[in-house]
Amino acid sequence: MSQMNMIQALNSALDVMMARDPNVIVMGEDVGYFGGVFRVTDGLQRKYGEHRVPDTPIAEGGIVGTAIGMAVNGLRPVAEIQFADYIYPAYDQIVSELARLRYRTGGDFYAPVTIRTPCGGGIRGGQTHSQSPEALFAHVCGLKVVMPSNPYDAKGLLISAIEDDDPVVFFEPKRLYNGPFDGDPDKPAVPWSSHPKGEVPEGHYRVPIGSAQVVRPGSQVTIVTYGTMVHVCTAAAASMNIDAEIIDIRTIAPLDAETIWTSVKKTGRCVVAHEATRFAGFGAEIVATIQEECFWHLEAPIQRVTGWDTPYPHAFEWEYFPGQARVRAAIEAVMEES
Amino acid sequence: MKSRLHVPRAPARPGEPSDFSYLKLSPAGAVRRPDVNAPLEELAPLATQLVRVLDDDHRAVGPWDPHLAPADLELGLRHMVLTRVFDDRMHRAQRQGKITFYIKSTGEEAVSVAQGMALRPGDMLFPSYRNQGLQIVRGRKLVDLMCQLLSNSRDMCKGRQLPVMYHWREGNLFSISGNLATQFPNAVGWAMAAAIKNEDRVAASWIGDGSTAEADFHHALLFAQVYRAPVLLNIVNNQWAISTFQAFAGGEAGSFAARGPGYGIPGIRVDGNDFLAVYAVTQWAAERARKGYGPTLIELVTYRAAPHSTSDDPSRYRPKDEYERWPLGDPIERLKSHLIALGEWTEEREAMLMKQCEEEVSAAWREANTYGSLTSGPQLDPATMFEDVLKEMTPNLARQRMQLAKELKRS
Repeated sequence: MSQMNMIQALNSALDVMMARDPNVIVMGEDVGYFGGVFRVTDGLQRKYGEHRVPDTPIAEGGIVGTAIGMAVNGLRPVAEIQFADYIYPAYDQIVSELARLRYRTGGDFYAPVTIRTPCGGGIRGGQTHSQSPEALFAHVCGLKVVMPSNPYDAKGLLISAIEDDDPVVFFEPKRLYNGPFDGDPDKPAVPWSSHPKGEVPEGHYRVPIGSAQVVRPGSQVTIVTYGTMVHVCTAAAASMNIDAEIIDIRTIAPLDAETIWTSVKKTGRCVVAHEATRFAGFGAEIVATIQEECFWHLEAPIQRVTGWDTPYPHAFEWEYFPGQARVRAAIEAVMEES
Repeated sequence: MKSRLHVPRAPARPGEPSDFSYLKLSPAGAVRRPDVNAPLEELAPLATQLVRVLDDDHRAVGPWDPHLAPADLELGLRHMVLTRVFDDRMHRAQRQGKITFYIKSTGEEAVSVAQGMALRPGDMLFPSYRNQGLQIVRGRKLVDLMCQLLSNSRDMCKGRQLPVMYHWREGNLFSISGNLATQFPNAVGWAMAAAIKNEDRVAASWIGDGSTAEADFHHALLFAQVYRAPVLLNIVNNQWAISTFQAFAGGEAGSFAARGPGYGIPGIRVDGNDFLAVYAVTQWAAERARKGYGPTLIELVTYRAAPHSTSDDPSRYRPKDEYERWPLGDPIERLKSHLIALGEWTEEREAMLMKQCEEEVSAAWREANTYGSLTSGPQLDPATMFEDVLKEMTPNLARQRMQLAKELKRS
């Protein structure tokens, strides 16, 4: 075991997989010589060579389009899209080709491509470096969509993604790269070394895709969340002296609904939280599935905590971000006796 | 003077006389054949001239003559005739309501057949939807193609794809998407992987003149050049994208092959209805790729004699007699005349070949229908629609499969 932040943990996952499987290659803008703008691919080109860690042109559609062809020819490309906000030029290749190749060929062809991309705000990135577009990918049949909330899960999930024979869109909440973040920008930054999930094995291990985790057991209310909001919700619940059960879903698709249902049936109350915008956000799907399976167990309407239905504004980042105050208000609302 | 928006026009519309004065031709045998390792500057003229081998007297002339043995020419002719007969029969099947949709490649048979023959079986092909000749060349059984068209119990796509969107893993034929141009960067990626693995296999892909407008076309050229990928990027310029004349994809500004040199890729313009020229150019580009000199962009100048698809009526947007007046003739007629000029073929043998192909297609069609169609059994189990979304079925899909089973029981 060693102490790793999320960047080091992701780098370790890539390193472990490149050493184990010569078919794993890493590609993307600035990933090679420079090691990535967030340093996730640091040192990989030096260690494995330019052929296995090529820098690419600034053309996300071309990156994913060629990664598909490579995967069909037996490689396991891990393509980095520098910011999730830049993934849209690749959307057609992801949605129409990558996600459907297995289906439309009756399983004869498939493309095991992993697309890594930093997402989320809280870094003063403005509306082009802060987005959380996971719902746009969750809606697409044939993709797996993952978003870890800590270094341990990040490494184990990335290894699972690379080994997976299905395509995986792997979102990395960039505000969590260097430390857990409870939603308060005025507090001094906390390093991952102070967090139990900053303890990461150096070798190969997997965290299964499609499996949620109860990060804090509790009895009064279920909080279903993922990514940065896991830490915000944990801090908010702690500040209220509420016995909340907090579920980090970790995988957006396929969703581990059983874990959510089991918890909500126990607590009877539920808050769903994510950083992305509210309307048709992934939270809506979570709420719908709880309503279908747990309606008669519910003591109160389910509450949603989200970003506003606006682009991510540069100047009003912290008024936009669903911080602890918004989470507390939702918990209060769901705990109210009617 | 003020600026004025230029909206391209087709040279002729219904009721107007056909006009091919825009088409730049070179005499057969006139274009130089540079070495495959020649520098880009030396290759530049290839992008605007037109490589042709067959002259007006049906002889093979000039440096691009691939000197194929008569048996190979005969095989090429057979593949092209079979492709045309197959197309005609399947078009008719659609008109009879037996299949929902079809796309013919009439007039463009030399593109797929000559290119398919010039490549090796291990080379990976990323076709467009008008490349059925590639399937024929690679030996795909007609019955298999027909079962796909019928979406029946033996459909390789398990009823999930529109007719003609074939694939054949064992035959190294990639899945036809139905979306345009997406296969171009896929082919480049496949070729990059071949180079990473240090193999001598090459990839080839096909795109229409119209879909060169898509971003994927440009991504493909850029990545192919940057990484010197062993890939043949083929533009089938058949003049028409449904009703849209090729000028709307930039054809007025120069040749499509000339897009290549801008990226640092040699472009070659070839008479797409000249079997020998297409074969020779493909062989040259494949050798270039295999020896590590990188990609080639090939523009195959041809004419879409058929409607875009069975849902299209070209008489509404182009002169009826355009194909008859097409200056580059018909690929099957031209190869046949060449074989006759060589003394290797006769009209009688041609008639016999035609009859054989018709019988082969009819027999295959009868067999394919025994495996069912959209309207008569045997048919696929609808429950199979939930398979292959992902490798393992997810719980929500398993629930939906059960829900459908209940629905079907009730109805």
